[in-house]
Amino acid sequence: MVTGILDYIWLVPALPLLGVLLNGAIALFCERPLLLAEAAHGDEGHGHGDAHGGHHAPAPYRKLVAFIGPAVVGAAFVVSVLAVLALAARPAHDRFFVQVLFPWIQAGGFSAPAALQLDPLSSVMILVVTGVGFLIHVYSAGYMSHEKAFARYFVYLNLFTFAMLTLVLGSNYLVMFVGWEGVGLCSYLLIGYWYEKKSASDAGKKAFIVNRIGDFGFMLGVFLIFWTFGTVNYTEVFAKVPLLSANGVLTTEIATAITLLLFVGAIGKSAQIPLYVWLPDAMEGPTPVSALIHAATMVTAGVYMVARSSSLFLLSPVSMGVVATVGAATAIFSATIGITQNDIKRVLAYSTVSQLGYMFLACGVGAFTAGIFHLMTHAFFKALLFLGSGSVIHALSGEQDMRKMGSLKKHLPITFTTMFIATLAIAGIPGLSGFFSKDEILWKAFSSEHGHIALWAVAALAAGITAFYMFRLVFLTFFGESRMEPEVEKHVHESPYSMTVPLMLLAVLSVVGGWIGIPEVLKGHNYFEEWLAPVFAQGAAGGHGAAGAHGAAHHPVALELGLMAGSVAVALCGIGLAYYLYRVRTNKPKEIAEAVPGLYDVVLNKYYVDEIYDFLFVRRIVNGSIVLWQAFDAAFIDGIVNGIAAAVRGAGDGVRRLQTGVVGNYAFSLLLGAVLLVGYILTR
Amino acid sequence: MMEPTAYLLLSGILFGIGVAGVVARKNALIILMSVEIMLNAVNVAFIAVGSHLGDPTGSIFAFMVMTVAAAEAAVGLAILIAIYRLKETIDITELSVLKW
Repeated sequence: MVTGILDYIWLVPALPLLGVLLNGAIALFCERPLLLAEAAHGDEGHGHGDAHGGHHAPAPYRKLVAFIGPAVVGAAFVVSVLAVLALAARPAHDRFFVQVLFPWIQAGGFSAPAALQLDPLSSVMILVVTGVGFLIHVYSAGYMSHEKAFARYFVYLNLFTFAMLTLVLGSNYLVMFVGWEGVGLCSYLLIGYWYEKKSASDAGKKAFIVNRIGDFGFMLGVFLIFWTFGTVNYTEVFAKVPLLSANGVLTTEIATAITLLLFVGAIGKSAQIPLYVWLPDAMEGPTPVSALIHAATMVTAGVYMVARSSSLFLLSPVSMGVVATVGAATAIFSATIGITQNDIKRVLAYSTVSQLGYMFLACGVGAFTAGIFHLMTHAFFKALLFLGSGSVIHALSGEQDMRKMGSLKKHLPITFTTMFIATLAIAGIPGLSGFFSKDEILWKAFSSEHGHIALWAVAALAAGITAFYMFRLVFLTFFGESRMEPEVEKHVHESPYSMTVPLMLLAVLSVVGGWIGIPEVLKGHNYFEEWLAPVFAQGAAGGHGAAGAHGAAHHPVALELGLMAGSVAVALCGIGLAYYLYRVRTNKPKEIAEAVPGLYDVVLNKYYVDEIYDFLFVRRIVNGSIVLWQAFDAAFIDGIVNGIAAAVRGAGDGVRRLQTGVVGNYAFSLLLGAVLLVGYILTR
Repeated sequence: MMEPTAYLLLSGILFGIGVAGVVARKNALIILMSVEIMLNAVNVAFIAVGSHLGDPTGSIFAFMVMTVAAAEAAVGLAILIAIYRLKETIDITELSVLKW
């Protein structure tokens, strides 16, 4: 069967991998010797700021790296677009394509091939990953241009893109797991990019370890899937669901166990309560990394995985409830932290955690489409916000504290305009992408059979807080009088085109990205839902009609419009409050903070969650490790090894006394030996 | 052909005296002499048994042993002289540096 471009779907992950190999060779054979030579001379002893190293004579390989890095991802994007177009040309029920690359793990009847699967869900993901990824690669070429380890950066970034595409394109849970671990590794490498800075290397380790906790759950979930279904291939697993539920093998309890374990993985990767703590610290990495990995793509892997496993999740009301509750709780919890943070990137980090909470809320109420829709729009506007903040930081020579910004509107017109659009989008202003996706989630949280009015209320409140802290960010950064250090203010400049053009493109996407999913009630047509329908139809067919728009049928149109107006009103309240506090009465926030010092400190210190974890887990594990180290390893294991050595040495010490050096003794032992030998021969 | 018993008995006694000298005495010169006694005890046994069997090999071996013994005595005495010059003693209990 001729499938044309779809046969080349393997190019999508392969192209970034090619970039890894090329840039890796350059990093190893050109850049590393150069850096080592430089370190040996020690002639450049400047520190590391965010994108602000010193100026170097540009080495010729840097241009090549700056071309290869973005180009391979751009090429992967082109292939993705062509492949998705080819897929879209097929009839809706036939939009499914699997390409087996090679048989990977085969044991008895079990087989997990290295295979890629393109369906509506993974096509959305590859478009987001390669599209947004390409823009961020281009931006990085400008943003990181002052860095010494330039090629190393692009090796990691390309490797990440490869791993993420493997994750979303894999046709079974094991291939997904390979990508899952790969993105975790790249996240660690990129957070710790400035590894000479202790806080950065600590943040990298923290991210990796916290992620491992989640990965452990994910692995157990996959094992349980294998144990129950005898296979880990998506199509086979989901096809067996009705049969196994009917004959009692797949009970609700097992489905709950599987899905909760998978969800533990999602919690770790997508930074939900209680494993969200690594994401804010991940801001130690370069800002484009925060945009790509810790906002647009990697952290959405959990949402993707839950959506991919939707037919399993729908079997277990308990799991659905847990997912929705954790999502809603995370959404509001981290939004409140976002209010008090002063570091521009940390505000965005908590905002990301909060928005991911929305996506899980959507999944938890059965609105997987809405979750993926928000995933996509969020990728646009959050990547834009991060890149915009990177542009601000770049302009201010590495300053990240919003208290030392202000009045940047006139200095950074493009950055301001694009970031303002993204802020409007995330706040849910009608007409922009964030409005459609967020409102879809709010409506489903209210109307779906898995939904609840409390979930809606929490999510709506979080939306109001989101609008508040995002406008606080914009007002503090771009408006008011300048609070910049005089030294910094002199150097303020708009970023180069390689940085501003991606901003502008993302701004366009932040506006129009939502138009493919305009709900029926606004006289639009939800193309996005229609596109994803075949993927989620399976769960819906099993009597859980929550994936589609069926919920809406039970509620009057006026109610939906009313709730929509309500959420917009909440968002406007948030914006108004931010305007009042940070534009009109600018000393008011301080007064409020001083009025409730206890509460303010608690929130400012992120509810002391890091400290609680440190006390409950980290300290315990460290102490336990010390006991194991000293009592078990040093005393017991080393005792055995050293004991054997001491015994051998003692024996040798005794035996060597036989060598007296006196010839007579040797002569006597010679005689004795001869007598014994002769005696033996004679008496034999 | 004569019976070798008495010669072998003599040979055994001589050998025993040699062994006792090597093991018991401290003077290196005496020890060398004791070794010579042991070698000649063996010569007696070779010749006696060779004569008893009518085989000349025993006598040939005795000559062989005497040659080796002469060489050994020459080398041994040379070493003793060298040691005496160095240590001013040939008491083997005091010549025990080669140990442990």
